[in-house]
Amino acid sequence: MSDIQVDARRLLCPMPVIRVQDAMEHLRPGDTVTAFCTDPGALNDIPAWCHINGHEVVERREQDDEYIVVVRVGASG
Amino acid sequence: MATQRKAVALISGGLDSLLAARVVKDQGVHVEGINFYTGFCVEGHTHAIRKKDKNKQKRNNALWSAERLGIKLHIIDIVEEYKDVVYNPRHGYGANLNPCLDCKIFMVSKAREWAARRDFDFIITGEVIGQRPMSQRKDTMPVVSRESGADDRLLRPLCARNLPETLPEREGWVDRKRLFGFSGRTRKPQMALARELGFEDYAQPAGGCCFLTDKEYSVKLQDLWSSRGEKRYELDDIMLLKVGRHLRPRPNFKIIIAREEGEGKFLQGYRKQYISLKTVSHGGPLALIDGEVDAADIELAARLVARYSQGRDAEQVELEVSGHSADPSSLTVKPMPAREVDPEWHL
Repeated sequence: MSDIQVDARRLLCPMPVIRVQDAMEHLRPGDTVTAFCTDPGALNDIPAWCHINGHEVVERREQDDEYIVVVRVGASG
Repeated sequence: MATQRKAVALISGGLDSLLAARVVKDQGVHVEGINFYTGFCVEGHTHAIRKKDKNKQKRNNALWSAERLGIKLHIIDIVEEYKDVVYNPRHGYGANLNPCLDCKIFMVSKAREWAARRDFDFIITGEVIGQRPMSQRKDTMPVVSRESGADDRLLRPLCARNLPETLPEREGWVDRKRLFGFSGRTRKPQMALARELGFEDYAQPAGGCCFLTDKEYSVKLQDLWSSRGEKRYELDDIMLLKVGRHLRPRPNFKIIIAREEGEGKFLQGYRKQYISLKTVSHGGPLALIDGEVDAADIELAARLVARYSQGRDAEQVELEVSGHSADPSSLTVKPMPAREVDPEWHL
């Protein structure tokens, strides 16, 4: 299993979602992506995108003015 | 058993595209959504930046629509390719710098390419005849179909019965009788259909979802092009046009001054790319200089920034000037009095 880090700092939604989406395109089920964002909207938008596209949100947290979302590639994603 | 047909729906996040996708999905078609990011999308950016809006519930309307529809949504970054549409719209601009007809053609064309790669059968849009003055007229609907290359694989479920039959209707993939014949600027039929389908709390963006339809934004974009002597922009440019107070005191540069804390924080992210000014002797905003400047220009900019600080009535205000990778330096100036600020400088 691999973990890809996505730097989505300074980007406004939906760019963080697009970056996560693009990073996940070539990953296998069970792999994870960790996105680092500064737009608080990412805390809602990345999980919403995961929900409709069959991926799992493992963690979302706020840390030092950054918003971090960890997602796992789903089987049907 | 008949093959389940597949359609890709352009999802803007507004009511019409939500209804159009739902109407086709209800006929047993497999529908997935596609949403294009041009960089000009309104989509809550101002809320994301401005501190006073921080507590407002923010959502991406296209994602929300897809959630309500129970369909996948593919968000596509078309920032680079879209520049050509903005620079040279074959069908011209609308009231501002909005190339609505070319934009629709471009997006349907991109959806067509996407659909072809994934073996999808047809494309859905939420267009309604007469809804928009430029892109959604009876005479422009065939233009979109033709010039996008989608031809009769483009279905507009909300006004299909006012238009010639399309392939999905002819082939019986969808039942034309269960499509609609909406027309005109009234929203009542859509609102009634939304109620019937159980949709509440849908997005109703005032003036559309694109900054290019906004007069003030278009003035700033035109100024950017004029100052560069050509139609050219990068994503950072068009993001910065959404933020702060913009003043152009000289043809060779403009100043972007944060209006509140959230904007200041957002502009801080650009300090490595632009010369920035920040008052240190008094509370005040962060400002960026966009353009090639000399020492006199920086002093003029500093006096303007000082004017927007708490030291506007002081004899002198000290600022920190940071430039690209150079070490910060200090500059002390007399704040510019109101009478010296030419109203023409404000963009």
